[in-house]
Amino acid sequence: MRARTNLNTRTTLACLALAGAAACGDAAANGPATSASTPAAAPAVGPAAFTDYDGAAVAGGPGAGKRFGIGSAAARTAIAAMDRDVGPDGAELPPGRGTVAEGRTLYTAQCAACHGLNGEGNEPTYPRLLGRVADAEGFKFASDPKLPHTIGNYWPHATTLFDYIRRAMPHPQPGSLSDDQVYALTAYLLAQDDVIADDATLDAAALRAVKMPYADRFRPDDRKPTAAPAAARP
Amino acid sequence: MTTPPKLTRREMLAGTAGLVGGAMLTGLPLEGQAPEPAPAVPPDATKLQGAPTAPLGARSPFEAPTRAPSGATTGSSLTPLQDLSGTITPSDLHFERHHAGIPALDPARHTLTIHGLVDRPLTFTVDDIRRFPQVVRTHFVECAGNGRAAFRAPKPEMTAQQVAGMLSTSEYTGVPLATLFREVGVRPEASWFLAEGGDACVMTRSVPVAKAWDDALIVWAQNGEPLRPAQGYPLRLLLPGWEGNINVKWVRRLELGTRPWMTRWETSKYTDPMPDGTARQFTFELDAKSVITSPSHPDTLARKGWHAISGLAWSGRGRIARVEVSTDRGATWHDAEFLSRPEPKSPVRFQYLWEWTGREATLLSRATDEAGFVQPTRTALIAERGLGTDYHFNPVLGWQVARSGQVTFFAET
Repeated sequence: MRARTNLNTRTTLACLALAGAAACGDAAANGPATSASTPAAAPAVGPAAFTDYDGAAVAGGPGAGKRFGIGSAAARTAIAAMDRDVGPDGAELPPGRGTVAEGRTLYTAQCAACHGLNGEGNEPTYPRLLGRVADAEGFKFASDPKLPHTIGNYWPHATTLFDYIRRAMPHPQPGSLSDDQVYALTAYLLAQDDVIADDATLDAAALRAVKMPYADRFRPDDRKPTAAPAAARP
Repeated sequence: MTTPPKLTRREMLAGTAGLVGGAMLTGLPLEGQAPEPAPAVPPDATKLQGAPTAPLGARSPFEAPTRAPSGATTGSSLTPLQDLSGTITPSDLHFERHHAGIPALDPARHTLTIHGLVDRPLTFTVDDIRRFPQVVRTHFVECAGNGRAAFRAPKPEMTAQQVAGMLSTSEYTGVPLATLFREVGVRPEASWFLAEGGDACVMTRSVPVAKAWDDALIVWAQNGEPLRPAQGYPLRLLLPGWEGNINVKWVRRLELGTRPWMTRWETSKYTDPMPDGTARQFTFELDAKSVITSPSHPDTLARKGWHAISGLAWSGRGRIARVEVSTDRGATWHDAEFLSRPEPKSPVRFQYLWEWTGREATLLSRATDEAGFVQPTRTALIAERGLGTDYHFNPVLGWQVARSGQVTFFAET
């Protein structure tokens, strides 16, 4: 990313003075406004100027330290009520535990109606969850559209399963499962796809230790934004 | 003030018919809307008073564009591109893709909380957000899965709506996310943030912080009025040019951190399997793409002579620099003209005038963005990513014109 001049201190102040003027951010970034009655020079100031918000050169972003004083302090309890995400290192995993056997009972009672008794799904609304397919060993999803993207065949992180079940499942009552129940369901689904043993118990430490079969197949975007390969020209 | 009586379209038409009392009415068939009776209008509209004013405007009864909804809470509905002109999508025709239905949210209760690696964790009400300096930007939103069926299993009877209808464009009003990030004091070590929606799947996506300092917005208005519920009312994260799903609707929380969260929506979904046995992840920008919307299936060219080939071109990486049109399946290409000014990460309407001689023809369009990226053929896309690639479909699309004038979808580019 290119370094850019930090214009935002001026921008911020000019915006306050220009309350109500259209395209305030861009107009101010291109030069100090003379008065509030001067119309914003919209045609001369294209949206290109918006990239002046790019603050790679400024620690904390452009205009760090400039504030409008709007908003209220976020209550710790309010954050805690929402902040239930679990990242790939499992650092945020809550206390609790669940076994594969407990998960099987829960799955039958709360999940099978939509996802099928064997996790076969009911596409497109209720995705297929389970099924290790031998053909998936080579991760040949690009050439075979029918190869199922099941948990064992495709998902790179076991923590994702915990996070998603806890926030969004079961479909008729999202977010209603206890942490123990989420551990149990995660254990059951991972065991069904041969990722962990059938007699396993999952807690935070055990889940952090799970390595998904195809975790190393995922790589960041490496597209070339500037030009397509010669073969791509019709 | 009296409240005008509420008239349905049927009642209004019936009333009009009553006024002219048995006079012969002209009716025109409505394409593809079988159950609806033909609209009735008087033979000479200058000879009687027209309809009164009304609280809400309605389309002419002769125009009935509709989305194509799947009907499921986790489903989608597609924009009827073939019925639209210009670049803006009427808000009620903006495509939908929901993963847990459309939540009912009270703007007086909805808040946006920003926390994590920040100096001051803050909660903003919708009113708070609207007090910051605003910007107005026109951008498209395109679902990463747009055109999957047309890519994987093309059929001649596919319409522009089915081929590319998960693309819609709006004029948005909002506040730069950079403004809010300065307000909370994002710490220098923060490199990613998690965006979370307030729907029943509590949608989460990880976003590099650099996008916030570039052009990310928190928007509350679309085409001059508050966002439609299906588009994220009352607040939506808008990441111009990036795949639809990451523009988190009903946004309620942003958490600053140092690595992506690897949510379901950036691992199990929205990743692109590659022929070398890997999967591309975090493919945010949508590459240059175009589609001819007129003529398109099920049009039939009624006569030989001049026809305007018209369509849309867009790129998630900047402005569209060039659109070329071919009428001979790519043997020769001609520069199309732009009918609107190209703006970054915003579609341009293009046009190419073509004289049809009555022979078979294959109409193609090909977009190039300002970075020099050229929209690839379907063949090139399959060679690069495989037929099983799951998202980000931007192949050259076409329409086959038969000698009869009948137009059908052509995918074999």
